[in-house]
Amino acid sequence: MTEPAFRYIGRKRRPKEDRRFVAGAGRFVADLALPDMLHVALVASPYPAARIRAIDTGAALALPGVRAVLTGEDLAQATDALLSGLDIPKVRRFPLAVGRARYVGEWVAAVVAETRAIAEDAAELVDVDYEPLPFVIDPEAALLPDAPLVHPEHGSNLLYRRTFTWGAVAQDFAAAEHSLSFRARWHRSATVPIETFGVIASWDAQARLLDVWASIQMPKYPDQLARALRLPGNAVRVHFDVDVGGAYGVKRGIKHSVLAGYLACKLGAPVRLIEDRLENMRGGDAHGPDRIFDVAVAFTGEGVVRSLRLRALDDAGAYAGRAPLQLGKPVGAIVGPYRIASVEYEAISVTTNKTVQEAVRGFGQSPTNFALETMMDRVACALGIDRVELRRRNLIARDEFPYTIPSGSTYDSGDYHAVLAKALDAVGYDALVARRAAARAAGKLAGIGIACCLEPSGGNSAFEPLFNPKNETTTWMESCSVKVDLSGTITAAMATSSSGQGHETLVATVIGEVLERDPETIRVVHSDSLAALPSNSAVGSRMAIMLGGAAAGAARALKATLLAIAAHNLGADTAVLDWREGGVRLSADPSRALSWEALVEIAHRKFHLLPPGMAPGLQAMHVWEVPTGGGLPSADGRIQMYPCYAFEAHVVYAELDRDTGQVALGTYVIGHDCGTMINPDIVHGMTYGGAAHGIGAALYERFRYDANGQLVSGSFMDYLIPSAHEVPNITIVDHYTPSPLTAFGQKGSGEAGYLGAPAALASAVNDALATLGLGVAELPMSASALGELLAATARPEEKAP
Amino acid sequence: MSEHDVTLTVNGRRRRARVPARLTLVDFLREHLRLTGTHAGCEHGVCGACSVLLDGRPVRSCLIFAVQAQGAEITTVEGLAPEPGALSVLQDSFCEAHGLQCGFCTPGMLIAAEALLRTTLSPSEAEIRDAIGGNLCRCTGYKQIVDAVRLAAERLRGSNLAGAGHD
Repeated sequence: MTEPAFRYIGRKRRPKEDRRFVAGAGRFVADLALPDMLHVALVASPYPAARIRAIDTGAALALPGVRAVLTGEDLAQATDALLSGLDIPKVRRFPLAVGRARYVGEWVAAVVAETRAIAEDAAELVDVDYEPLPFVIDPEAALLPDAPLVHPEHGSNLLYRRTFTWGAVAQDFAAAEHSLSFRARWHRSATVPIETFGVIASWDAQARLLDVWASIQMPKYPDQLARALRLPGNAVRVHFDVDVGGAYGVKRGIKHSVLAGYLACKLGAPVRLIEDRLENMRGGDAHGPDRIFDVAVAFTGEGVVRSLRLRALDDAGAYAGRAPLQLGKPVGAIVGPYRIASVEYEAISVTTNKTVQEAVRGFGQSPTNFALETMMDRVACALGIDRVELRRRNLIARDEFPYTIPSGSTYDSGDYHAVLAKALDAVGYDALVARRAAARAAGKLAGIGIACCLEPSGGNSAFEPLFNPKNETTTWMESCSVKVDLSGTITAAMATSSSGQGHETLVATVIGEVLERDPETIRVVHSDSLAALPSNSAVGSRMAIMLGGAAAGAARALKATLLAIAAHNLGADTAVLDWREGGVRLSADPSRALSWEALVEIAHRKFHLLPPGMAPGLQAMHVWEVPTGGGLPSADGRIQMYPCYAFEAHVVYAELDRDTGQVALGTYVIGHDCGTMINPDIVHGMTYGGAAHGIGAALYERFRYDANGQLVSGSFMDYLIPSAHEVPNITIVDHYTPSPLTAFGQKGSGEAGYLGAPAALASAVNDALATLGLGVAELPMSASALGELLAATARPEEKAP
Repeated sequence: MSEHDVTLTVNGRRRRARVPARLTLVDFLREHLRLTGTHAGCEHGVCGACSVLLDGRPVRSCLIFAVQAQGAEITTVEGLAPEPGALSVLQDSFCEAHGLQCGFCTPGMLIAAEALLRTTLSPSEAEIRDAIGGNLCRCTGYKQIVDAVRLAAERLRGSNLAGAGHD
């Protein structure tokens, strides 16, 4: 499909945000300094489970410069428990442990002092009397009848379990010529932004207003903060003009913020809590999915997949915030890009004595894609069919859209075959196969990875009512307001913070497109939460769609106003007017025209020239509901999850070192279709970065616990984030299939790359290992894990005597 | 906690302060001098977000104490631009190639690239990746950063004014 011509959309334009960052003039939360600001350090539990018998704060309080030591018992009296995504009222979570610590690193007390250094000194003087208790780290062990209970009041370690059946699964399995089953393991990793989470809270006792600056990316954060602090919603003002140093899902420091907010109110001074790296990785509650998949698949002798049984057991950690819902979002793309007639999906969330899980890029979709693509590779292998050919036999075809999957979501548009073909062309697939053959002939372990994955986008929250019938959330709106001032310049306000996605560029480009004004001249501000319209923040690959749609709606309303003013003054119907770069003229007689400046002047100064009944000034707002949203799930759990579906096809070449188990990546191509790209540099950047993040999850990154329940990867020395050495030069090949549901045909792209890279790397490594009759279905495929696998199966002549 | 006098030059300006012995250079720059462009990412010397030039060489300012910088010439990201409100060729190239997203690792990346371009204006891709190999970025996958550094080198070579915009 040919891309339509836009004036600004889709063209090379410098992101508006970049300049302040390269100048070192970003405004991150740790860059802010308020007068008389106090600093928080945390006392963390050294035990995975322990009763807190007593906390002696005397020595800490005696240290000069210390202002307060707060314990969980005190905090729990004064605040309400943090919100859970599930209906589990007995699993109560507060910012500080109350009576019982449930994981290593859990905050037990908070020390407030005049400097961070003093606070840390004093934290070491807090004497906590613990009684260690039995604990459980393994999610399957947590479900055994005699397992220690993480929350005894809840009566079980099971937080959620439901089996969904969509279609004739039993019949399809019974009728199928073949079936196979396997287990796949996605170990615990996360997004681990380079900036840790931070928050500053300041209470104005006269105005009764709590000002909050935070490194936040969280839906309904101001509301949750106010509720936990028992304040009216309009007594909390979150400043969204704070630059967020990377988030990708996890920057949801609600417990940090409630703690800082409470302390600010109590002490009457601004309070700052900035995680250090260990706090971030251990007690920051920002781990990602930790999942065991059991997969069974029924298929024909031709490799057509008929039915799928998927059991996903996920370890939420010690408390349940929103994380268990990450089992729900994949329902909206449970068959991936494939025509699969029936599905059984069992979703299980358990609690263990590990750090709390938070949303991670893709909200559970990337692990699910890994399971699905492993399944496709295994079907191909079982039948001896080429892996690319097998996918071609199952991919939904272009003329089948809109396509409704068994779990009730309708895919809006796509051309998966074309994108896969483009990726294979770009990589030079035949040559790559020859290269693999040559490498193998030379004794190397070489493999090619293939993955075809979906990125559901436009972030709705339909998994909330799906997983908790008491929650009837059916809107996940986003908003934008736009005004033109007397000088004729445009200012737009968005209602949330940004963490690198280029939202200012997005909004300016969209408004510039609609009004035909240079985006360079349009200013975009981040409102504070009291001035802002409703927002659900930048989650779920939604902002190009939702903020872009809201900005377009507001700009179109402004344009309609200006056209009405012009029609009134030119004595003509709007139907016979032309819009030219913000000015209006008669189509039939261009000499009769009103310039942008003249129209603005009328709106702001000349009420007598306005159409009767029109309000003066030039401003518009648009609050947009998620397209296709608004519905509750059916009784059998069918629901339209997200509106738009982007697609990516990965092809990657990898070689394994037989001795070290290290994986070296070679050529890597991603075919990508996210519809209209508002700013291609931004989309490509997020895709490269997402792939790098996926490479980390596939090969390096794991929050590992030892038998004592201790986190043993709590620093960048042992939790390995890929550097420029590990990430290859990836080539992105764009394809364009517009979404029929959005303002300009755009789909989401914030999770691109990450949703396919782990699956692709697993495919490549397994292709290489298959030459030895080996396989792996566990991520990360670390050098030590692969090295052990290779060593254990080394040919006899290679084994040491 | 003992305190010490320290005198050093930061972005061409001479600075004197009395600081605790345990104060790191990054905290000194950020909290005492309010030069907040240098970021603390891990505080254990891995991520590189706190990189500054110390006597022309990139160092982790989280791994040295302020008092150890006695007499040193420090350049932070705020010191890269030729004048306030302007950008150096390198900084401008990061904008042109969109060699950043959230901007948090960016100052460290710029420092690492600046150090490279002070030694060569014809870096290979491998040299660029080596130069930024000690700086972690979670947003970009490094591709557009490499592109940005290559672009800056090209521009600086083409300008016939090697080091234009550099101090």
